[in-house]
Amino acid sequence: MSDVTDTSTPERPAQLPAQSPPVDPAETAAAEQRAAGRLSWWRGESGEGARRNLWLIGVLVALIVIGIVTRPDLYGNSSWVWSNILVILKLASVVGVVSVGMTFVIIGGGIDLSVGAIVALAGVWATTVATQSYGAGGMIFCALTVGLGVGLVNGLLISYGRLVPFIATLAMLVAARGLAAELSDKQTQVSNNATINDIASTNLLGIPLLVYILAAVVIAGWVLLNRTTFGRRTVAVGGNPEAARLAGIDVKRHTLMLYALSGLCCGIAAIMLTAQATSAQAAMANLYELDAIAAVIIGGTLLSGGRGTIIGSLLGVIIFSTITNLFAINGLTTEAQNMVKGGIIVAAVLVQQVQFRSLTQFLGRNRLTTN
Amino acid sequence: MTEHSRDLSRRRLLFGGAAVGAGVLLAGCTSNETEPTAAQTKGADAAASGNAAPGQKVVIGFSAPAADHGWLAAITTNAKAQAGAYSDVEFKTVEAGADAAAQRAAISTLISQKPNVIVMLPHDGKELNAAGLEAMKAGIPVVNLDRAFPDALAYRLQIKGDNYGMGVAAAHYIVDQLKAKGVSNPVIGEIAGIDSLELTQERSKGFADTLAQSGLKVSNRRAAEFTADSGQQAATSLFQALPKIDAVWNHDDDQGIGVLAAVNQANRKEFFMVGGAGSKKAMEDIQADNTVLKATVTYSPSMASSAISLARLIAQGKGMSDLVELQVPKEIILASETITKENASNYLKLGF
Repeated sequence: MSDVTDTSTPERPAQLPAQSPPVDPAETAAAEQRAAGRLSWWRGESGEGARRNLWLIGVLVALIVIGIVTRPDLYGNSSWVWSNILVILKLASVVGVVSVGMTFVIIGGGIDLSVGAIVALAGVWATTVATQSYGAGGMIFCALTVGLGVGLVNGLLISYGRLVPFIATLAMLVAARGLAAELSDKQTQVSNNATINDIASTNLLGIPLLVYILAAVVIAGWVLLNRTTFGRRTVAVGGNPEAARLAGIDVKRHTLMLYALSGLCCGIAAIMLTAQATSAQAAMANLYELDAIAAVIIGGTLLSGGRGTIIGSLLGVIIFSTITNLFAINGLTTEAQNMVKGGIIVAAVLVQQVQFRSLTQFLGRNRLTTN
Repeated sequence: MTEHSRDLSRRRLLFGGAAVGAGVLLAGCTSNETEPTAAQTKGADAAASGNAAPGQKVVIGFSAPAADHGWLAAITTNAKAQAGAYSDVEFKTVEAGADAAAQRAAISTLISQKPNVIVMLPHDGKELNAAGLEAMKAGIPVVNLDRAFPDALAYRLQIKGDNYGMGVAAAHYIVDQLKAKGVSNPVIGEIAGIDSLELTQERSKGFADTLAQSGLKVSNRRAAEFTADSGQQAATSLFQALPKIDAVWNHDDDQGIGVLAAVNQANRKEFFMVGGAGSKKAMEDIQADNTVLKATVTYSPSMASSAISLARLIAQGKGMSDLVELQVPKEIILASETITKENASNYLKLGF
């Protein structure tokens, strides 16, 4: 990741606009102001993000209260409650890692529909007989490289091939699953590597290794988004790509990196999922793209780009896995569960719209007074 | 500046080299060479009845959807292998394409080539009904494999597995075992396949009906998607919902790989499990008797081999030698058999 944060353009974005001669200076100044407005607006947004996350935590608490009310017998046992928290986090771990990459892509103004297919392809490629002969290291290297490679192809198609992200990644969804089916000959490939399989059953200090991996990816994603130039550029590119370009950001290159990052996250997720299922197959990680996008959206990331938080996405994933858990312990059907999930997505977006409107009004007033 | 650019080009070279190296390494990793599963055929052994003896030359047309699951892959493998076992059979496969419409078109082409008999596993029995009728009208007998046509005129023979019977067999085994152990008020879990499929509903109904006869019911039922990773997640949820379980029925052995992984990860050993379909790995696990998996109820892809054998007899105008009738019957529903440690060795060659 170090070469990603390493800036290709040494100048600070804010100083740059003056050196794009062919553009009308007045327009440049306006773009600069827009870009600067975006950036300061983003900086001032932390309070808003925290408020949104509080709302999500409120939903989470409500779900847990429903669980306590409906199954007091289970929730009365403290060791069960602890194991239940860990199970919820474990169920959230794979989609959680995918969602971190997805958050970057969506903040950057794109969408990645191919994540489930990339997870399947990376998982299948890492569990072929030939790859397994290289041991755990070879399998991990293979999954990460395949994930990164497919992500790069997505990025190239979108940034330099000028394909719409929706179409490019939709094509990749179909193609990657096809290749996975071809590689596996449509069979379920069992992982015979004990080291890989142990990833899913190992506990450190009573907490599953999978949860540590999720935490590591989330922390890395948070730092990358909030404390590096790469993160600021992601927000700038997603908020207004033209302004970002005028501000000296290589938008195409940056877009390429966002999809590569998403692919890399899928590679990590593929190892986690393969370890959990002790196998891989072309149909695995079915519809993970929808789970990840839904989690990112209810986490408060704007689908149009330019704003979003990693913590919100994480909470979104945890809310979904808590719902799954709630329905399981009450013995309710999957259909009912899917309807409730759909309702929560709609509710989250409605709340987001209302908040966004009042936020922009507030900012508009603010800018008038400060200027 | 020159220093800088040389640095950059060196870095590019390094990255480029690494990328090419990784690519080459990955390309080497696609191989999946394992010994192929011995196909489930019945050899044309000389000692067998006169039916196996070479007779009139038969062209069999075959169409099945592309496999997305081990079971479907085994169907095609078996059909091909069984046809190869007869010296008097010419086997002609047509791609079934992506959906029912594509398969209909493929069947039409096949009909124009006038094979002696068509064996078809339709994408969907209802949607391919017309294709069956078309072939029958053209005088080509149709053998429907596993997915029934609603119209009796659309097929000469229908051979299929018994989904309801799978549930019945699984429930019988579980009831017997619980009785033998003297468990009263048992906790029974069920991990189903894709819930929207009719076959899943039939399996669950057979299971619930049979349990009800003994006054038992399913305590919690989670639906997975016939994949190992979904099985792992459904099982994890099930175990969390039921702190103590006596028996579990998992509908599908492919997803059972994930269910067994979840059993290990949750460290649950207090119950026994029954699988479904009859994969080779499940049979080996049952035989080794070192997991919670103690039995599986079959839905065997060996039906494809039988379908080819019967299609050949139909084309040659012969009957099944153990039956009095001179022709092959019109409908055959395979019984779902229960594989346990005791008889696993007999079934191992039928595992897929």
